Formats: sequence, structure tokens, C-alpha cells
Amino acid sequence: MSAAEVRGTDAVAIRCRGLVKRYGDVTAVAGLDLTIARGECFGLLGPNGAGKTTTVEILEGLTAADAGDVEVLGARWGRGTDRALRERLGIQLQETQLADKLTVAETVQLFRSFYRDSHSVDEVLDTVQLQEKRGAWVGKLSGGQKQRLAVACALVSRPDLLFLDEPTTGLDPQSRRQLWDVIVRFRTGGGTVLLTTHYMEEAERLCDRVAIVDHGRVIALGSPRELVASLGAAHVVEVATADATALAPLEGALAALPGVRGVRLAAGRASLTVAEVHRAVPALLALLAERGAELSDLATHHATLEDVFVALTGRHLRDA
Amino acid sequence: MRDHPLIQLTLSQLRGFYREPEAVFWVFGFPILLAFALGIAFRSRGAEALQVGVVAGAGDSAVVAMLGGSRHLAVQRLAPDEGQRRLASGRVALLVVPGDPVTLRYDSTRTESRLAVLEVADALQRAAGRRDPVAVQEQRVTERGSRYIDFLIPGLLGMNLMGSGMWGVGFAVVSARTKKLLKRFLATPMRRSHYLFSFMLSRLLFLVIEVATLVGFGWLVFDVGVRGSIATLVLLSVLGSLAFSGIGLLVASRAKTVEAVSGLMNLVMLPMWVLSGTFFSYARFPDAIQPVVRALPLTALNDALRGVMVDGAALGALAGPVAIVAGWGIASFVVGLKVFRWG
Repeated sequence: MSAAEVRGTDAVAIRCRGLVKRYGDVTAVAGLDLTIARGECFGLLGPNGAGKTTTVEILEGLTAADAGDVEVLGARWGRGTDRALRERLGIQLQETQLADKLTVAETVQLFRSFYRDSHSVDEVLDTVQLQEKRGAWVGKLSGGQKQRLAVACALVSRPDLLFLDEPTTGLDPQSRRQLWDVIVRFRTGGGTVLLTTHYMEEAERLCDRVAIVDHGRVIALGSPRELVASLGAAHVVEVATADATALAPLEGALAALPGVRGVRLAAGRASLTVAEVHRAVPALLALLAERGAELSDLATHHATLEDVFVALTGRHLRDA
Repeated sequence: MRDHPLIQLTLSQLRGFYREPEAVFWVFGFPILLAFALGIAFRSRGAEALQVGVVAGAGDSAVVAMLGGSRHLAVQRLAPDEGQRRLASGRVALLVVPGDPVTLRYDSTRTESRLAVLEVADALQRAAGRRDPVAVQEQRVTERGSRYIDFLIPGLLGMNLMGSGMWGVGFAVVSARTKKLLKRFLATPMRRSHYLFSFMLSRLLFLVIEVATLVGFGWLVFDVGVRGSIATLVLLSVLGSLAFSGIGLLVASRAKTVEAVSGLMNLVMLPMWVLSGTFFSYARFPDAIQPVVRALPLTALNDALRGVMVDGAALGALAGPVAIVAGWGIASFVVGLKVFRWG
């Protein structure tokens, strides 16, 4: 390890520059840069197919990049220090199915045996609240329990850096909150987390900083609060009319309403980013009444990362 | 010690196997059922009387009386067309047409028909007063080791070592690969050699049970013994099991789906089930393909197992087949490791 790399370990957990990965004609990662600080919970947010998993697997040393430079905890992959580096990582992969015919405790014990310094099976099962399932076969667990077990296998190594690839995808809200608690507890102990997700609520709740990824590139970077603030307005008003064609001619008029910062029309609906809902909504209703357009739906919510993604790409995260 | 990755990996292989009832049946139950069924079907019996028909007509009673003296023949009088039908369908081995000369009608490609010719001719000549110039004495014995079941048990053992070695490794590797479990293991500091070696260890533990059940079954039910030393038998079994685990590793080294590896396994094993002398001697195949047949790992293993179980051969005498089995194992293992796909 060079002196520069040792200094790098002080504050930076992950640094990558110009990451590129192609699969045939498809470019999964197209020149991606990231710097993640120690102790940070960093989120890669983006739709399916954005290149999140490929990026994470390159950082984990499981996939070789076609170009770019990766530094993880001050070390680089393939320099003879891989095994020592792996001792310090905790990894949960998106697609792994653990062996169905092993029990929860046996699975953790197996993963535990790979590490020199590790938590006991009981410690880690307590952490993920699977103690009462310790004797159950993995195949009999619910989706949420399987995910918590996968996280337990990642945590058993006492990692400095935890990689979680869509840990809560497909889980019910309660299971999701249970996993969030586990992640929060890990962070309290000083751990660094790199998390991928396509749930903006999850990113807002857990992450210090978020990189929004689309088509293999970072298109926005900052804390969830900063990213939402970049919309220039804290609220979103969604409106639809009975006659789906009624809104299109009104785009200019909608944008001119008091407190409206942006207008987006799609599929007969208008989505307004709004600074002051109490001024914009009455003006909106008056405008529609004046033009004789019958309102069929009106909803307002606080602006989220989803709205940031929509503003940046014109697509929604989940159907992008 | 219990926390050594090799031990934990081996334990997980063992658990994955014995918690799968189908796998346990195919490895332990099936060969025993097969041995039992074949042992019953081909059990050694006293030679049955040969069915012989005498065509009804002039002089038939005299012929029936002359043949009646032989205890190897079961004689019945038949109308000419009925006799012809029974001969054609194999219900009688031979048809005697009385007259001068007596005509023996039979299919010369059938072994029992040719036996019947000898018996019938002999019985007719003796009844007509032939005297034998040379005195002959018969002495009947039943040798252990010469029965079909004695041939079968070592063959089934070889086949079982092949099947469980290849499936045990191949199926587990490919299913771990499909489930991305191999990739997950790679994300830990686990040594790859530990993973592969754990298959060998778990195979060896099961091997003891496999060999003991099948050989024990043969011994208890059919009185099939081991003429050579048990140590040699165990050594050969270990060698065979490891060699076929190596071949299983090679077959599974790149397959991405369980379906693909199943097809490959059958492609590799099917020719050996037929050619390698498990159920019948491979000497029946033409000379031209004998070198190929003998070079197959299962042929060599079966030869070696029969050598020690039936002929009581010592290990030194089995150097040829042992070298073939070991060669296959080592070559497959080396190539399998080289081309192995982890991701």
C-alpha cells in the first residue's frame, strides 16, 4: 500500500473514477464517479437497469470494470490484498438465494467460518431479530426474514463497510422498517453503508447522500434535502381533468399561476412544482373553472426524490 | 476446529444432501431395490426341463415313450399345426416328427433348442439300445462367485459410485451457481480450494455408508462375499468416488442451469451404463470397440471391483484399471478447476 493510499483510508471509504462496464452492445456503466466518506450511508438511487448493481459488484471486486479506477477502504482489487480487504467488507447481493435446507443458525455459522474476526451467531441473530427462527430452515422463512438473514450473513464479519443491493425490494412495509432499523444500528456503530434502492422513501430515510443514477451515469448527487431543494419548490400538486385533452393548451397559464415553479404534462395529467400550496391551489381551481375544465383529481404532496428523478429524466423511477 | 471453513462447508454439503429425501433414495435406496429385483429375477435355479413337442401321427406313442425316460425333457403330444405354432412362439424348444428318419425341427439360433436336440437325440439313441463306449460320471457343484448376483453387486457398486460422485458434486455446484451462492461465497474471504475440497470430504463420508449398505445387502440377502481384502475394496471405492467427483466437477464447471447439467450428466453416464459391464459382460461388444469400452472409467472401476470381490485379486494385480480410473479423475479435476465458472 502506498503512502497516498494509506492517507486515503482516513476519510474515504470508496472512491471510483470513470467506471465503465459494457456487456456486448449494452453499456451498463458509462463513466461513473463516486466518493463515499467513512461513516456515511450513501444511496445509489435509480430505476431497474440503471447500472446500480453492476457498479456495486465492481466496487465489491466481483465484476471487472472495462475502464476506471476503484479504491475500497484504501485498497485496490487484484493487488494481492483481496482476501484481507474481504475480511473488512459485508456484502449482500441482490439475487443470492441461500441454501433452503440449512437452518438460519447453520447458515450464519457457515458464513462466520470464513472470517478471522466475526460476531457470534447469537449476536448477529439478535441484531437482525431472527433469534426465534434460528432452528428454522431457510426455505421456510418469509421474504423479509430471508432478507434479514442475508444481511446477517453480511454483518457477521464485523464489517467496516456494508454493501446492500436493493435489500428491501419486494418486502412489505413492516419488514422494510425492520431492515431499516438494522441498518441504522449498524451506522450507529460507525459503519459505512453503500445501499442501492429504487425506493425514494428508503433513500430519504436512511441516506446521508444520494447519487441518482440513470443509464450508467450519476445525474444528480447530494443529500436528499439538497436534491429536493434543487426543484426550487417543496410541494407537488397533481391535477387531472375529466377531459384528458383539456390541460395541454393550459401549460403556459399553469406555469404563470402564483407560486408555481414548474409544470410537467403527461398522460392527461399535470404535475406542478409549487412553493406555496395555499396560493397556487385556489388560483389553479379558478383557472380551471374559468376555462370550463372539469376537475377529476387533485392531490398534493411534499416533493420527494421521485419528483427529482421525474424532473431530471421525465420518467418515473418504477416504470422507467 | 468446528469453525474451520472446510468443516463448515463440508457440514453444509452433508446437510444439503441428507435433508433431501429424493437424493437419499436415489443414492441408497435405488441400488438396493435394483440389486434385489435383479437378484430375484436372475437367481440360480436348477435347470428347468426343456419343453418338447411330439407331432401326433403314426408312431407318436413310441417316441413319447422313448423320450419319457429323460428327466431333462417335458414331452407333450401336439396336433401338427398347434406344434408349429408353439415352436414359432418359443413355447416348445423343439418339435419331434415321428417317422423314419425321425425329424427334429428347431431354431438353431436358440440356445435351449440346441440343448433340446442333444437331449432328444441322446434319449432316442439310448432307448433304442445304444451303449456308450466311454464311462462318464457327473459331479454337480454350485460355486459362489459364479452366479449372476455375484457379477451384479460389484457392477452396481461401481455404477452407484459413478452416479453419486457425479450428481453429488455436479448438482450441488450448479444449483449454488444458479442461486448466486457461488458468487456470494466469492464475496467472502473463503478459499476456493476449501469449497471444492469440501465436496471431496462429504463424498468420502457418504461413500462409507454407500459401500457398506450395498455390500452388506449383497452379503446378507444373496450371500455375495468379498473374496479379496476389505481394505482393497475400500481403497478402490475411495478412488472411484473421487475420480467420478472430478468428472462431475468438470461436467458442472461451466453449466449455468440445472437442466443443462442434467443433460450433460446423462450424456456422460448413459454410454457407461450400457457399455461398462454393469449388468452384463462388456465382452459381448464387438472387438473393434473393445479398446474404447475398456478405456471408460466405469469399465475400469467395475473390473477392479469385480477383481477384488469375485476373484480376490490383490491391489497390485489391478494396477491397469486403477491407473485408468485415477487418470480420468486427475485429468477431469485439473481441467474442471481451470475452466470453472464462479460467477
